[in-house]
Amino acid sequence: MISCAEAVRQLWEYLDGTVGQAQSAAIEEHLSLCRRCCGEAEFAAELRAFLVAHADHDIPPQAHARLLAALTELIDQP
Amino acid sequence: MGTRSAREVATQASAEQNERFRALAAAQLPRLYGLARRLAGDDAEDAVQECLLKAYRGYGRLGDEMAGPAWLTSILVNCCRDRGRARARHPAEVDLDSLDEFSLYRKIADEDPFPYSDSLHLDFLHQFGADDVRAVLASLPERYRIPLVLTYMDGWATKEVARMLDLPLGTVLAQLHRGRKLFEKRLWEYAETHGLLKEPIGD
Repeated sequence: MISCAEAVRQLWEYLDGTVGQAQSAAIEEHLSLCRRCCGEAEFAAELRAFLVAHADHDIPPQAHARLLAALTELIDQP
Repeated sequence: MGTRSAREVATQASAEQNERFRALAAAQLPRLYGLARRLAGDDAEDAVQECLLKAYRGYGRLGDEMAGPAWLTSILVNCCRDRGRARARHPAEVDLDSLDEFSLYRKIADEDPFPYSDSLHLDFLHQFGADDVRAVLASLPERYRIPLVLTYMDGWATKEVARMLDLPLGTVLAQLHRGRKLFEKRLWEYAETHGLLKEPIGD
């Protein structure tokens, strides 16, 4: 079985789906047996969700209006 | 059926292209602005405006309409990067050796800031408001902040991020790895210095 250090080092890549199949299986095996790393994995997933939740794609109405006006000016200029 | 002059055909084609650009840019504005706020802070609006100008001028070279959002994003990222360089602040040195050893999960468990909590780690994250997260992200050097924001907040696949930044995938993955670690470390440091390690519920 891979070590805790190795499993933890690759946790985010595992969650991102950017590790190979064999590594992914090795991490899953480790997580199924190691309580501490399970906590690390859970927290990594929470931290990812935390980043997504703070993505904030809102635009203040005034800035939005100014940028739309700039776009119009750009396109409709003679 | 009347025949149209070459000029009329060209004018109509150009008008159609303009409308396609208008639709694309207008639909993407909120996302671009949100991204610019993460990457250029107070310069966000200027960065988006510059991005619109560059994109409009280069729109004829965009072959695949479906690639429009990614294409606009890469233009915006470059506008934000130029602004970052123009500001020419010296980013704080990052101790990369100690970074690999850092685990926010363990740090929270060891320091146990909320002894009465059943969900210690989540409570820690819930202490951070939008402004706090923005400040922590802004403290990261650009080379870590940009891939982190594009991947986790804007939702691009790492391969796409590598294309946008014109970097090898391996470089982006390494920057993401360090960026996440540094983000975790800075969250803890910010919590310490901004009094976020107090029990959330009064005793």
